This record gives sequence, C-alpha cells and structure tokens, in this order.
Amino acid sequence: MKNQIKFVQGNEACVEAALYAGLDFFAGYPITPSTEIAEHMAVRLPQIGGKFLQMEDEIASLCAIIGASLTGNKVMTATSGPGFSLMQEALGYAIMTEIPCVIVNVQRGGPSTGLPTHASQGDINQARWGTHGDHAIIALTASNHQDLFTITVEAFNLAETYRTPVLLMLDEITGHMRERLHIPKPGQIPIVSRLKTSVKQGVDYHPYLPREDGRLPMSDFGGIHRYNVTGLFHDMWGFPTDNPQIVHGLLRHLLDKIGNNVHLIAKYKEFYLEDATTILVSYGSSARSALHLVNNRRNRGERLGLLELQTLWPFPYGIVREKCANARHVLVVEMNMGQILREVKIAVEDPEKVFLANRVDGMFITPTDIRNILRLIQGKGV
Amino acid sequence: MGKPKLKKLHIRQEWCKGCGICVHFCPEKVLELDDKDKAFAARPQDCICCKLCELRCPDLAIDVETEDE
Amino acid sequence: MAIKDYLRERFFPHMWCPGCGHGTVLNSMLRAIENLALEKNDVVMVSGIGCSARISGYVDFHTLHTIHGRALAFATGVKMSRPDLNLIVPMGDGDALAIGGNHFIHAARRNIDITAIIMNNRIYGMTGGQFSPLTGYGKLATTSPYTNIDHAFDTVSLAIAAGASFVARTTTYHAKQMTDIIQKAIQHKGFSVVEVLTQCPTYFGRKNKEGGAAEMMENYKNITTPIGSKASRENPDLIERGIFVEKEMPEYCSEYNKIIQKAVKGK
Ligand code: SF4
Ligand code: SF4
Ligand code: SF4
Repeated sequence: MKNQIKFVQGNEACVEAALYAGLDFFAGYPITPSTEIAEHMAVRLPQIGGKFLQMEDEIASLCAIIGASLTGNKVMTATSGPGFSLMQEALGYAIMTEIPCVIVNVQRGGPSTGLPTHASQGDINQARWGTHGDHAIIALTASNHQDLFTITVEAFNLAETYRTPVLLMLDEITGHMRERLHIPKPGQIPIVSRLKTSVKQGVDYHPYLPREDGRLPMSDFGGIHRYNVTGLFHDMWGFPTDNPQIVHGLLRHLLDKIGNNVHLIAKYKEFYLEDATTILVSYGSSARSALHLVNNRRNRGERLGLLELQTLWPFPYGIVREKCANARHVLVVEMNMGQILREVKIAVEDPEKVFLANRVDGMFITPTDIRNILRLIQGKGV
Repeated sequence: MGKPKLKKLHIRQEWCKGCGICVHFCPEKVLELDDKDKAFAARPQDCICCKLCELRCPDLAIDVETEDE
Repeated sequence: MAIKDYLRERFFPHMWCPGCGHGTVLNSMLRAIENLALEKNDVVMVSGIGCSARISGYVDFHTLHTIHGRALAFATGVKMSRPDLNLIVPMGDGDALAIGGNHFIHAARRNIDITAIIMNNRIYGMTGGQFSPLTGYGKLATTSPYTNIDHAFDTVSLAIAAGASFVARTTTYHAKQMTDIIQKAIQHKGFSVVEVLTQCPTYFGRKNKEGGAAEMMENYKNITTPIGSKASRENPDLIERGIFVEKEMPEYCSEYNKIIQKAVKGK
C-alpha cells in the first residue's frame, strides 16, 4: 500500500475524503478560494472511472450534480461566497426533492466579491437561511485537515441517511493551509451507501413515502421504476399537489427528519470543559486560534475551555446549553459579526454572559485577538 | 396497399376542449363541434383517413381507427 | 405500443388551454418515440418551469420537473451518469433562451447527446403573457403594453452558432414533419435542437390579434417555407423550416470516456 501520509492543502484533503466516501461525480465552476477542489477532482475522478464536469456557472454545477445523484451517484460541488449565493435556488430544489448531495463552500470575505483571497466565516447564516421557504439544513465544518477528512466523509453519510443536501462550510484558511493528513485505511471510517428500494419491478413504488424511521428508499432514476421528481409540493408518487394536508405533511417531514435527529447529527469536540469557568465556543479555522489560547492559558492555570462545533446546522442548542451551564463567561470566536453568537445566546440560560471575539477585516483571528477580548470581559483591561 | 377505410373515429369527449383545430383543418369537413363545444364526426362517410386531426389535436382526444388496424 | 401507452392518462384532460400548441408538441413527440419503439424505462424527460415544462408530468417516462431555465443543466448530470438513456428536454422559449440561455449555448457547445425541444410561443404563458426573448420587435405583451422594443433571437442561428450538431425548425401546423424531425433529433448522437413554433392563443394570440388556435396555425403555414425553397428565395421574410444542420461530431459523454481511459492508464 502507498504511503498514506500526505502533506496537503485543506481543499485537497476534502477531495481525498470525498473519494474515500465513494464520490462518483463532481461538477463545479472555478472560484477562489475553492478552485483547487475542482482541479484535484479533474485529475482524480476519471482515474477511478468517476466523472468530473466543469459547468458554465455554479447554478449549472449544482443542477448537474443533483441530476447525477438521482441516477444513484454520490455527488459533490464546491464553491465560495458568490457561487454559493448563485446556488441557493437549486439548493432548495435538492431539499424539496430529497436528493443527496454535498456542497462545499470555502468561505471568503463578503458581501459581494468582497475579499476573494482572505478568510471569513460570513456565510454561516446564509447556509442556514439562504434558500427561500421554510426548510432544514445540515452544515458541517472542521478546523484541521484530519478532522476535515472525517467530517467530509460524515457529510456524505448524512446526505445519504437523511436524503438531503449537506453543506461543508470551510474557509480560506482551512482550504489553503498545508498540513499533514493521514488517509485512513478503507473501512476505518464507516461509509453509508444509498438506501435503495426493494420494491420489485412492476409493483407500485412510492418514491416519496417515508418508511417508519423517516428514511426514503430510492430507486435509481433511469432504473426499473418510473416516477416524477418536482420542486413543487408533491404526493408520495412525486406528482404535484396543493392538497393542504399533503403540503403540510411534506413540509413537516422535511423539517422533522433533521430537526428530530439533532442528537444523532451533532458533532463537536471539547477541550477542558469539566472545570472551565470561561468557555470559548468556536468552529472552523477560528477554533485553531481558540484552542491555541486555551492550551496556553491552561498551562498557566487559567480555567479556560473550548467547545468546538463541527455541526453548525441544525444548531445543537441542547449540547451548547449543557456544556456552558456552569461557565461564568462564554466567548464565541468567529470571523463574522456574530452569526453563531446569536445561536449561543439563544442556547444558554443567561445570554448576558455570552460575548463575541471576532475579526471581519480579512485577517485571521489570532490567539492574541481573543485574549484581548477575554481580558476585557474578565475586567482586566487590554 | 389500397386506400385505408375508416372503421371508427374515436373522440374522447372528456378530453376534447373544443378548440376547433380538427374541424378547421379537416380536408373533407368531416368534423363539427356540438352545442357543448365537443368535436364529433358529422360526416364520417367522407373521412379519407388522413389522420391530420389525430396528429394535430392538442388534447390527444382523437383516434382515427381504420379497417386494417 | 400505442401513444396512449406513453401517457399518464390519469392526469388528463391536461392543464393547457384549449388550442394550446404544447399539446400538439406532446402528441408529435410521443409519435416520434413510438416510431422509434423506445422502451419507457430508457427515456428521461427533464423540464424546467412554465406551461411547456408541464409536459413532463403527462408522460410515463422517468420525469424530472426542475427549476426555471436549468433543465439542461440537470439533464447534463443525468446523461453524463447514464449515457445509455435517451434524454429529452422540452423547454419554453423564455425557459430555454432567457433565464436558461447560458445553459442552452453551453450544452450545445459541449455537444452532449440530449434532444432539446424549444416550444416557441413567443410569450410567458404561465405568468400571464409577458414578452419573452422570442416575442419580437413591435409585438404586444403585458410587459410591453406600448410595443416591444426588444429584438428576438433567431433560435436556429443561435443554436448553430453555439455548436449544436443537429438543428431544425417546424411548427404545430406541420405535425407530421414535427414527428419526423423529433424522431431524427432523438436518433442523432449529439446535441439536437428542435424549435417548434407553437401557438399560445390565450396570450400571444389574443394580445396580437392573431385569432384563435386554428388561425394561428394557419398563419404558420403562410409564414413558413421549406429550407431553400423557391418561395424562400423570392421572399426572405418567410421563416424556413426543416433540418438546418445534421452533422457528426465528437459527443461529450463518449469523449469523457476517452478521458477516463487516459486517466486510468496514467495512474
Ligand atoms: S382538435 Fe381535439 S380538442 Fe380540439 S376540438 Fe378537435 S378533438 Fe377537440
Ligand atoms: S382523418 Fe382526415 S379526413 Fe378524416 S376526419 Fe380526420 S382530418 Fe378529416
Ligand atoms: S397560457 Fe398559452 S402557453 Fe400556457 S397553456 Fe394557455 S395557451 Fe398554452
């Protein structure tokens, strides 16, 4: 077996993880800082008989992978801020039609063209609310390449389990930074494959009738069952309907299949939380600086802890509430104006104790930045 | 092959929307609309089985059945 | 198989207005598929949004009703994963050439084996009669109440310029020709474009005083002529119909298979 230790960019780690998870099909459009994902896919996918497509824009990229997923493939696209904005309509389509896919957003500074080559975590709320209409979404992130690998595989697993698009919210730092990556042996991380229907040919198949556990066994489009797929509200055969009962039922199903399983979906890491009086809550590349500070302060005897979120949506309110229950201060560390801060405030009993340490100038938030805020909160002055 | 002979002109009343396309273009003026604006074969004996009505009907309501079918 | 066997009869009568040309396109298309004796499981129909897009709901194939303008992008994903399937993408003129214009030219450029049928009624029907990119200068619509100053695309020239390897035009009046052309388009290996002039009596016809469905079809007879006909030479205002382009070119899925072979070898 080849050497399975690599020194790679986060974008490449993401590609390797997607292939590990069984990716068959990728379509994308060049955009900084996500382009390396497409470039590596263009090399790697055909080597294993997979397909790589460069489409005419990000809209087409997401549409193409949705089509490919329907036929039974594991699919992915990758983009950054402006491209992610363009994808919002098709994202809603994938949610409504329950077609598994993974969408990577290597975040950069926004709004608009913003700061293409700088770090930001400004799209977290867009990930949650970007597409129109009530909906649920799964969005994940990671702070280092090894975690990124595992989380990318998890993204595919969740997409298959819940038949939903899963967003992988990386950022310029994680995407471009080079770090050691150990590629796990096949089988080391469990892989969820597509749940296929067992309904035989000629027997009435209901593509949109969930099983008791909420899961929807699929029939590969182009296979033995012919059915309809539409972004309109639809009945269990996939045909459009405006029957209020069916409309309500479908919307509830779309919300509940994710909302009722937060405890299964939520991934996080914790550092020194047991006795922490001040807890940092962070995610993605920001969590690197947060962890650095926490380790550093712990060495000096300060009771600092870190809760690193890997699942951003559905937001794990219960976990955050429980973990932060005994903390005197909670400091949310992120590179935006407080997008996760808002959720943490909702989660904890006493929102007054939640503060923000952020940077939104394109510069990476450093341990010193966080420490300065911390001192203010603790009444020590800067 | 001789000229096809009409067996029956089937018009699905519940599908016909009375657009009049078949009536307008029938070369032999076989078809008419009834008082409920549904097409019917008023002069089936004149039908030359060209099937133009069947091909053009936007509601797929017409089936020209010939003797050889 | 009779064409009725390709229908999802339980949804009939369909939702289109009396005399809407879209029904005739459905009619001719099913005859083309019947003539080719295609298996229902081997046909995928992908559509976007609009009156035209509802066609996919009525046929018993694998049907994918997508979002406005993007049908070809979805179809590209399906075709690339399953090159063995027949992909048919019926689109309205606004769907295909306004919001979907970019996808249209790029699908044509790639020469991916998809049959694109542009049902050109020169109007947005579903939203109530706004002008489309094919309405044309001097016409009336709810959003061009004084007169339309937007010039229309020539779908055929556009498709040819974009690189489609099969390009044809016909009308709902010429239903036999339509069946024949769609049949050839499906058989053609590469990106095929069939523009069908199809009447919207409800909006385009009424707004522009073109009469009812039958009069509008009568008009198609009068304003069109076979490609290269004597009439066409004498009167350049006539719209030509027939097959403009039918050429062999490397098809996208086949080309990508060669990429795979190269990549697997070089690994
Ligand atoms: S063409 Fe069809 S829908 Fe129209 S009147 Fe004749 S039968 Fe009826
Ligand atoms: S088959 Fe021809 S002649 Fe007979 S009713 Fe139809 S259009 Fe008229
Ligand atoms: S509005 Fe026009 S295009 Fe739409 S169904 Fe009616 S006639 Fe056809």
